[in-house]
Amino acid sequence: MENIYLLIVLSPLVGAIIAGFWGGQIGRVGAHWVTSAGVGIAAVLSLFVLYGFISGDNQVFNGSVYTWMVSDGLKMEVGFLVDHLTAVMISVVSFVSFCIHIYTIGYMADDEHNWPQESLAGKNSYQRFFSYISLFTFSMLMLVMSNNFLQLFFGWEAVGLVSYLLIGFWSVRPTAILANMKAFLVNRVGDFGFILGIAAVVMYTNSLDYAEVFKAVPGLADTQIQIFGDTNWSLMSVIGILLFVGAMGKSAQVPLHVWLPDSMEGPTPISALIHAATMVTAGVFMVARMSPIYELSETALSFILVIGATTAMFTGLIGIVQNDIKRVVAYSTLSQLGYMMVALGASAYAAGIFHLMTHAFFKALLFLAAGSVIIGMHHKQDIRDMGGIRKYMPKTYWTALLGSLALIGFPGFSGFFSKDAIIEAVHHSTIAGSDYAYAMVLAGVFVTALYSFRMFFLVFHGEGPRDEHAREHLHESPKVVTIPLVLLAIPSVCIGYFTVDAMLFGDWFAGALHVLPQHDTLGELGKSVHGANSMLGHVFLSPPFYLAMAGLFVAWFIYMKQPSLAEKIKGLFAPIYTLLDKKYFFDEIYQAVFAGGSRGIGSFFWNKGDRKLIDEIIINGSANNVGRFAGLVRNIQTGYLFHYAFAMILGLLFLLTWFVIF
Amino acid sequence: MTFEKFLFYVFAAVLVFAATMVITRRNPVHSALFLVLAFFSSAGIWLLAEAEFLAIVLVLVYVGAVMVLFLFVVMMLDVDVATMRAGFMRNLPVGLLILFVLVLEMFIVVGPGIFGLDMIPAPAPQPADYNNTAVLGSVLYTVYMYPFEIAAVILLVAIVAAIGLTMRKRPETKSQNQSAQVQVRSEDRVRVVKMASEQKMEIKR
Amino acid sequence: MIALSDYLILAAVLFSLSIAGIFINRKNLIILLMCVELMLLAVNINFIAFSHFLGDTAGQVFVFFILTVAAAEAAIGLAILMVLFRNRRTINVEDLDTLKG
Repeated sequence: MENIYLLIVLSPLVGAIIAGFWGGQIGRVGAHWVTSAGVGIAAVLSLFVLYGFISGDNQVFNGSVYTWMVSDGLKMEVGFLVDHLTAVMISVVSFVSFCIHIYTIGYMADDEHNWPQESLAGKNSYQRFFSYISLFTFSMLMLVMSNNFLQLFFGWEAVGLVSYLLIGFWSVRPTAILANMKAFLVNRVGDFGFILGIAAVVMYTNSLDYAEVFKAVPGLADTQIQIFGDTNWSLMSVIGILLFVGAMGKSAQVPLHVWLPDSMEGPTPISALIHAATMVTAGVFMVARMSPIYELSETALSFILVIGATTAMFTGLIGIVQNDIKRVVAYSTLSQLGYMMVALGASAYAAGIFHLMTHAFFKALLFLAAGSVIIGMHHKQDIRDMGGIRKYMPKTYWTALLGSLALIGFPGFSGFFSKDAIIEAVHHSTIAGSDYAYAMVLAGVFVTALYSFRMFFLVFHGEGPRDEHAREHLHESPKVVTIPLVLLAIPSVCIGYFTVDAMLFGDWFAGALHVLPQHDTLGELGKSVHGANSMLGHVFLSPPFYLAMAGLFVAWFIYMKQPSLAEKIKGLFAPIYTLLDKKYFFDEIYQAVFAGGSRGIGSFFWNKGDRKLIDEIIINGSANNVGRFAGLVRNIQTGYLFHYAFAMILGLLFLLTWFVIF
Repeated sequence: MTFEKFLFYVFAAVLVFAATMVITRRNPVHSALFLVLAFFSSAGIWLLAEAEFLAIVLVLVYVGAVMVLFLFVVMMLDVDVATMRAGFMRNLPVGLLILFVLVLEMFIVVGPGIFGLDMIPAPAPQPADYNNTAVLGSVLYTVYMYPFEIAAVILLVAIVAAIGLTMRKRPETKSQNQSAQVQVRSEDRVRVVKMASEQKMEIKR
Repeated sequence: MIALSDYLILAAVLFSLSIAGIFINRKNLIILLMCVELMLLAVNINFIAFSHFLGDTAGQVFVFFILTVAAAEAAIGLAILMVLFRNRRTINVEDLDTLKG
């Protein structure tokens, strides 16, 4: 099996290298073939591995393939841990990535129009793009298949790098460059916490290997450490929260979420792949993988719960007022990531991973549908300019509808099972903050439905595009675009129904995720609910369904029935609208506090430290002092011979006197 | 008081007197001449200390060469004695003070308490066939061979430096340029001029 | 008998006189040079005396070298004096303050 795992990881890398270094020679067709083939191989093999686990033929694999170095007993290795969790992740990653590769062939077909004439960066940009997304697939697979913290960190940073490259892919656009810089900087904040967490793990367990660390942590559960002064901190809480800070950066949780909406400056396929389906879920995966650590600290779990709930609710609210089609979906992604974090905080790791999986499908689907609309609208993204697209793009319309229904958790769709499971799990949770989280996720259901269908109605229904020119050219996207839509629509609709039993109530994750009995919210849930059909049976008894329907209805009423109402409401709640439109002023605050603060500190050190202290006092000052001292001393140097002789004789006298006396 | 001791005091008195004169005379020529006297009397003292060779060398080299050089220079230079003497009286008290303090201190250091006869007895006089020059030469040409040669080089350097410093080209002095003379070629001296041959002038009668 | 201390005191007096000479004749370069010669003479007397009383010829050899160096010094010093006078028309030390910082 080891060779298969290696092949899964390396085939996208080979594709990326070939397309990246020899893109000019193999041409556009060669590039998309070689990368799609690489990712295709990975996808097929991943599904094969997954099938092996489903059928029970596969055993959990945990071994290293290469020892990079050994330093003072600390092994740094490249290794794979392939269990049920990993199998799910690699299947999702490689399958979505494969769909995106195919979709990209259509989306990037006319990419040369996005570059200025004779732009050097625009040369072979098509091949470069394919190289990047294959490289991303490789990095993400390395991340999820890792069996140690170092490789996890490698994958973590590698996906961050590729994300940076892809957000700024259209490097001739200043907004793209600013966005990728922002993403990189905000992620550095998170990664700082993450690497501190890894350092703490290494410090106390002296190992990077998951298995060894997990074996060691129960013994450290009651360890108290002192970081600042004499205050005692629980080691597990410190490690858990530090690692989660990394997850906050990568998975865009409040307050480190600001980069994700801006990352929509990148081409849509990568928004779908990286900033919706896979990379941003790395934090969720990581926390789930670290469940043996998190289970030992209720503080960390509560922290995750509150952050996740806040993200789920408040970023969803922003989504209501956004007008850029991709930004709406981006805020929806933030909100759904919040849901996943809430699940993790409630110790329902399986529900978090389950939602990760279903979300990967329907969010990728929604993004690709949005991308398809953008292709049709000739790269216009404002939903106020759209409308009535249903007529022109039926396939896009239907797949988007399925994706939206899955997103709001319409009964039977995959999103229903995962979201409902999360809400119920939070309901059963008893740790601090769970009541707040429960209220937030319930309200979030309403908000999700509202913004999803606001966008849906504005884009696909109503009057046709106002722009005459746009309407003439509006037509369905080519097959390379629609086939991935259909491919993703199928799991979006039905994967929840088929897998919910095994993943949530079965023992699929038994060996991979670790839950203490007192935290076992899913177990509690399992007592009253016995599988998919049972969940569907309870639909009409649970509040989320009614909230979702209410959201849907409100969206329909405001934007379809009474379009003038939207403006009235906007006028009525002007302060709130401004607050949401400005995204709670996060960007402005960061700009003022962190950017302005560092600039202030910088100019302080420049003016006072560098120019005043070093230049004036130390450098010029010492030179001036030497000059001043020399000016004093030169008065001694009269140049007269007898003065020197006099000095010599005085010296002689002094020495002689000294000799006589002592 | 032995005769030797008497001689020593005579020489010492002359020496101190001469030295005092050297530093107080108004005319540098007088100073130089008193310096000669000082050298003579110290040569006498050296003879008392059985350093005959050096005593003679002192007279020959110093009195014969160095002091003559001094006199020569003093007479050559047109020194304005009056300005030179300015400040003499003003500096005298300080000079005397230093003189007495130094003498006092050195007396304490090297006085009879430390270097008296009780401490270091006088050596027995050398035998009649003792040859100071031979002894000094035998040491100088064996043990101190290299320093001796270096001293020779120093003297040579001094000669060269003294000549090099004081020699100057006077514009009116005629001198040869040997290098130009040796390098001269025939072309520089003889110029062959080609010209049309003379036409025989026919004189018509 | 003549004691070693007699020689040494004589030399000390001579040395002090020459120092005082440097002081009171501080303007005349020629007298200064003469005082230096006197100083060397005082030192030489010390060497001779010690050589005599300790029975070591090395002292006399040293005097020999000092005489050599003193001769060289006198020659070069006077040469410099000549050049100086030729250029500045004076040997007044107070006029020679080129070394002033």
